Amino acid sequence: MGQHPFHDVAIVGIHNTEQARVLEGHDDRSISLQAALGAIADAGLEPRDVDGVIGPFGNDFLYQARIGPAWRSLSALGIPALLDGVTAIASGMATTVLFATGGAGTYTQRASTAPWTRPTNEFVAAYGMYTAGEFALMARRHMHLHGTTAEQMAHAAAVVRNNGHAHPDAVYSGRGPFTAEDVLASRMVADPFHLLECSMTSEGGAAVVLTRADRVADLRQRPVYVLGGGTDYYGPAYQHPPLWDLGGHRRPDLVAGYVGRRAAEEAFACAGLGPNDVDVCEFYDPFSFEILRQFEAFGFCGPGEGGAYVTSGAIEPGGATPVTTDGGTMSFSHGGAAVQLLQRVIRGVEQLRGTCASMQVEGAEVAMCTGGGSGALFTDVVLLGRERP
Amino acid sequence: MTLLTPQAGDIPLPVPGALSVPYWEGCAAGELRFQRCSDCGGATHTPAVLCAHCTSTDLVWEVSSGRGEVYSWTTIWRPATPAFEVPYVPLIVEMEEGWHMLADLVGCEHDAVHVGLAVEVEFFAHPGGITLPYFHPRR
Ligand SMILES: [Zn+2]
Repeated sequence: MGQHPFHDVAIVGIHNTEQARVLEGHDDRSISLQAALGAIADAGLEPRDVDGVIGPFGNDFLYQARIGPAWRSLSALGIPALLDGVTAIASGMATTVLFATGGAGTYTQRASTAPWTRPTNEFVAAYGMYTAGEFALMARRHMHLHGTTAEQMAHAAAVVRNNGHAHPDAVYSGRGPFTAEDVLASRMVADPFHLLECSMTSEGGAAVVLTRADRVADLRQRPVYVLGGGTDYYGPAYQHPPLWDLGGHRRPDLVAGYVGRRAAEEAFACAGLGPNDVDVCEFYDPFSFEILRQFEAFGFCGPGEGGAYVTSGAIEPGGATPVTTDGGTMSFSHGGAAVQLLQRVIRGVEQLRGTCASMQVEGAEVAMCTGGGSGALFTDVVLLGRERP
Repeated sequence: MTLLTPQAGDIPLPVPGALSVPYWEGCAAGELRFQRCSDCGGATHTPAVLCAHCTSTDLVWEVSSGRGEVYSWTTIWRPATPAFEVPYVPLIVEMEEGWHMLADLVGCEHDAVHVGLAVEVEFFAHPGGITLPYFHPRR
């Protein structure tokens, strides 16, 4: 058996800036650079140790720190961007890679939904579509196919929000606890989603630093390793009808409703693991239904069983697969247009370090972190672990 | 009772692309158009270069019957922008020819919608200068 493809890569630094509904005096660039410095310091590194950057604000960092010429990925969003950095180190193109992202000051027209929720596409914009509606069309089809109930979805939202209630740095820290009844009593946004089943809007920055695994002995933190990853896409988000049954000729056994299944299969195969080996599920939570859907998509339960799974006690703290332990986008933070897609990775790293400020899973060895969702026609997966693969 | 109606306010309007001009011209002419593959006979929407069924590039525009069934729906109470009157009800409609499109429901109360509802297209000439398809329950 050959060496694991990510044997030489370690996640050694993470940082969240302050997260808030509004961060006065910041813009995307300023909050991203603050996050970058935090993650580099967390790792015990210096800015000049970085020789690779990811995304637009990584480019700002490399200019300001005058560390060019450096490797750069043009990716900007979440797990795919992280995997670019992982691959760059594994292949020797870079030694230490910074992925910093942040959002502030862009959501000012508050009578409308946030700008990143409503791309101006010719086939959806005139119908008042935005993210909640796109995801609702997927959830409604699942309810029709499988009898999934509003109560089941509301329960998942309550669990995630209660994790954020307990996290000191969450935007909605202390704003719970919630029951499924509380969730169902909140105002309707896009049927079947009530307000408390939807992501918030907020501002903040986040960053991750990766380096070669042979350097970790000199660094500050217990390293976390990348056991496997995958990305699943069906096409541009929010331009075409979000059809549950949208298929693809290369994998006719799969549909867009289960986007992420192939990515999870690939990540598990790379890791030599399966759903039973996952200790903590840092699942992306744009809307309540996506929690149920991901447990089905990734093989934790069968098709149509997501509602029963999330109400079985499995996803609560102490359950077999605790989910989104900081409150996710519903309670911890969304952080602008892109930050939220990196937050699951940061929380997965904290869980494996044993330092998560809420709902730490005792002895967690493997974390599954995800991004995206069915309504956006993509889902990304990365498996993180304490043991070097 | 309040019947759902087309959105006549200052909503974001479509800007046709090179591929979609025939679709929007069809709407202006009171025709709901889709692309039919000359090789496999399959229907494709949204407007494309490649057939969704066989990747052939031999697609020809055809006029739909305009009839279909609701495949999925949502009722929106928090509008995308203040220009939208709430509630409004976006649908995915499965058309008789086997393709799917997204549009809003009109001509009934918001709670009349359900998966499987038989619907038919109608057109609304928005004052902003473009004609948009909507769907009403089939009578
Ligand atoms: Zn064809």
